[in-house]
Amino acid sequence: MHSAIVDRPIDPSKLLERVAARGNGAAVLFLGTVRDVNAGRGVSGIEYTAYRSMAERELHRIVEEAALLADSNDIAVEHRLGELAIGECSVAVAAAHPHRARAFEAARYVIEELKQRVPIWKREQYDDGTREWVPATTSENERTIELVDAGEKQ
Amino acid sequence: MTVTVLLFASYADAVGRSEIELDVTSGATVKDVIERVRQMADAQRLPAAPMVAVNEQYASRDRELRHGDEVALIPPVAGG
Repeated sequence: MHSAIVDRPIDPSKLLERVAARGNGAAVLFLGTVRDVNAGRGVSGIEYTAYRSMAERELHRIVEEAALLADSNDIAVEHRLGELAIGECSVAVAAAHPHRARAFEAARYVIEELKQRVPIWKREQYDDGTREWVPATTSENERTIELVDAGEKQ
Repeated sequence: MTVTVLLFASYADAVGRSEIELDVTSGATVKDVIERVRQMADAQRLPAAPMVAVNEQYASRDRELRHGDEVALIPPVAGG
């Protein structure tokens, strides 16, 4: 298992190397990349910031949960911080398993949970020169209750 | 007692700071801290019930604080 918040470009092939094992017949790689438009506005770049120490802990927890769920320790995730240009990779998830269903399941779990729980924020820079923090796309209140319950049990 | 409040992203912009040392009375809760911080902020930009983490774990508004706790107000997250 591997999880990291990084300040350098992500090398997806390194993540695939981390999850490689002779018994694995399937490896899934998910990449999140910076796109040039959001909600109809032209985007020229994104700045990512985080509550870094908590983000590292939360990302690690997610990978541990995915490992239990998919019955595989061959899971790796990195999220990048700082200023990223269009097309650059902001997040990468690699998951491997003897069979493809569990590899897909693990990768999907990690990226979906990351987007809901890990304290990372992005500020989009627009073509017109303005910039704004991007609000969450999920229903905040429902999720808050679940997260608090999970946090207080630990 | 003293707690450290951490602010990020849009919440840091709303308050104009990213870290505040707050003196609070014994038995103070997360809710008390949020109210104090909202008084310093452009209140519309800092919601009454933001997500909160205490010592790097998500916590409820009723959570009682201890001296030295780190209370982070967490804007809607947007990683990925």
